[in-house]
Amino acid sequence: MATGDLVPTHFPARRAAQVALHHLNTHHGSPFRVFGLQRVHTATAEDQVVGTAGRKYSLDFSVTDYGSSGSVLRCSAEVLFPRTETHTHTPPEVHLRCEDLTHISSSPEELAFYQKHTAPHSAISAHDLPDSQGNISQDMQPFWHLARVAASFIMLRESSENTEYNMAQVANLTQQETSEKQLMLKYHVLLHDIVSQEIIHWKLLCSWSPEGGVSVRETEWLPKCPHDTGPPTAH
Amino acid sequence: MKGLLVLTALFVAVFGKVTFEGDQVLRITAKDAEQISLLKELPEQTLGLDFWMEPVHESLPVDVHVPFHSLQAVRAFLAYNQIQYNIMIENVQDLLDDEEREMVKSRAFPRSTDDFVYTTYHDLNSIYSFIDMLVAENSMVSKIVIGQSYESRPLNVLKFSTGANRPGLWIDTGIHSREWVTQASGIWFAKKIVTDYGRDPALTDILNKYDIFLEIVTNPDGYAYTHSRDRMWRKTRKPNPGSSCVGVDPNRNWDAGFGGGGSSSNPCTETYRGPSAHSEPEVKAIVDFVKSHGNLKAFVSIHSYSQMLLYPYGYKSTPAKDQAELHALASKAISELQSLYNTSYRYGSIITTIYQASGGTIDWTYDQGIKYSYTFELRDTGRYGFILPANQIIPTAEETWLALMAIMEHTKNNPY
Repeated sequence: MATGDLVPTHFPARRAAQVALHHLNTHHGSPFRVFGLQRVHTATAEDQVVGTAGRKYSLDFSVTDYGSSGSVLRCSAEVLFPRTETHTHTPPEVHLRCEDLTHISSSPEELAFYQKHTAPHSAISAHDLPDSQGNISQDMQPFWHLARVAASFIMLRESSENTEYNMAQVANLTQQETSEKQLMLKYHVLLHDIVSQEIIHWKLLCSWSPEGGVSVRETEWLPKCPHDTGPPTAH
Repeated sequence: MKGLLVLTALFVAVFGKVTFEGDQVLRITAKDAEQISLLKELPEQTLGLDFWMEPVHESLPVDVHVPFHSLQAVRAFLAYNQIQYNIMIENVQDLLDDEEREMVKSRAFPRSTDDFVYTTYHDLNSIYSFIDMLVAENSMVSKIVIGQSYESRPLNVLKFSTGANRPGLWIDTGIHSREWVTQASGIWFAKKIVTDYGRDPALTDILNKYDIFLEIVTNPDGYAYTHSRDRMWRKTRKPNPGSSCVGVDPNRNWDAGFGGGGSSSNPCTETYRGPSAHSEPEVKAIVDFVKSHGNLKAFVSIHSYSQMLLYPYGYKSTPAKDQAELHALASKAISELQSLYNTSYRYGSIITTIYQASGGTIDWTYDQGIKYSYTFELRDTGRYGFILPANQIIPTAEETWLALMAIMEHTKNNPY
């Protein structure tokens, strides 16, 4: 992989930016806020030998919130892909700053959504979001966004310089009863890695509240066939 | 049962102007006979309940359509009695709206390509009907069957021609079956060509000098499978001896750096290259066609998603001989594309822009001497990915067409 100045539109910079995006979504995503990469402006890479060994990317990029506001934010990040001697995967480390990023603030939509679905005996379940034709009802979009945010925890953890993850679809979701003041959801999501072109199935349990943000409680990788040996990063 | 209810509800809704807005269907799981009794005692009439599955026994689910105005009462009742349930249908009106849309669509079997619905995704039979209708309606369009898929489906190529012995321009869509916006765009391109010939000077001039070949469903077995079993299926459907995994990646199966990095030897992976170059009938058919035609001057293979326009090579980092020209033309094509809806694309060689990929289509066509060999990755950049909403089909096709026109025009103006 190249070091020095990188072409912003080519894959090394883009993959690193996508990792920064996953990090951003884990911290600031919500049912009404999900960030996607708009453009990488500049990018450099260098081999880091002091401290954690690995390749460090420095990025200047813009992101779009396609959860509801559509606003565009300018961000900068350092993404370190650690180099390990063993064959086990170590998640990347991200340091990120975005302008105008208000800390998790509860918009009226978020509060209304939270109240509606944490009301006694709310019991949402759904499958195939979006469906084969790309349709998703207005009501279900926040659940789709939430899945994307929760999946970002997994995508961040699983990323390397040789992966580029998106969430392809929500296979199903079921609301879980809880005594906590949280919206608790079990998801089965399909992730897509552009590099290997694989569709990887994960089950996860996540919680969300307007003040607390999204947190992922459990994750479970699902093999697609009996002799599946692991997600792309395990190879 | 459900169908009958929908029909009745629809009838009433249309003629009786009743709405089911906010109504829900609950699936109740009674845990014992006592709970079943309680459910039987619910005042159905007063609450306006409609049991789709009556309370009979605790081993069977109870499905009930609850009108909006009774929801609070019913849920309070269930909560008070600690009766478990979940929401099967969150808003009955939404379901009816969807059903109506589907019925309107399927009621109208298009009788001509003017009736055809371009704003939705179609199954294989509908696309084959479209192809036959287009040929029947236009003397300049003919259908060539270049071969058969593994499961014996015809591999149909549309030929747009206004004269004999012309050089050709090739476009294919749907080589990876889950990339549905590509086949849908291919349909739109076909109609666009016949509509614009004789009306648009640029397209007319191109067609007066070149034939256009368009293969809309390049991987029909995979496409059928994405409708019947697995929306995310990418490869062909040929079984692999000694493996329980099916299919070969048709874009790793070409004889260009075959077997190299960026393709897999494992039949259970999405980028499995196959046992040998051109082992897949879907690929071999195009190879044979290209060789026997012998005079194709541009070759465009269309994929999704990522919003990119790519040129060779994918299998090696050596720049293509015509890199500078291909890069400049890509830049022009992309700015044409962007001019319509401000969709931004990245462009460059495959290996630098997206990843190393060996055995790819346009590496082979380029090395056969087809200089203007390009691959598109259409919308979007990962928000919807493969399941792009149908309302984006036409905007995607329209903007992509501008890029295709730029490539075809340049080919025409720079004969070689």
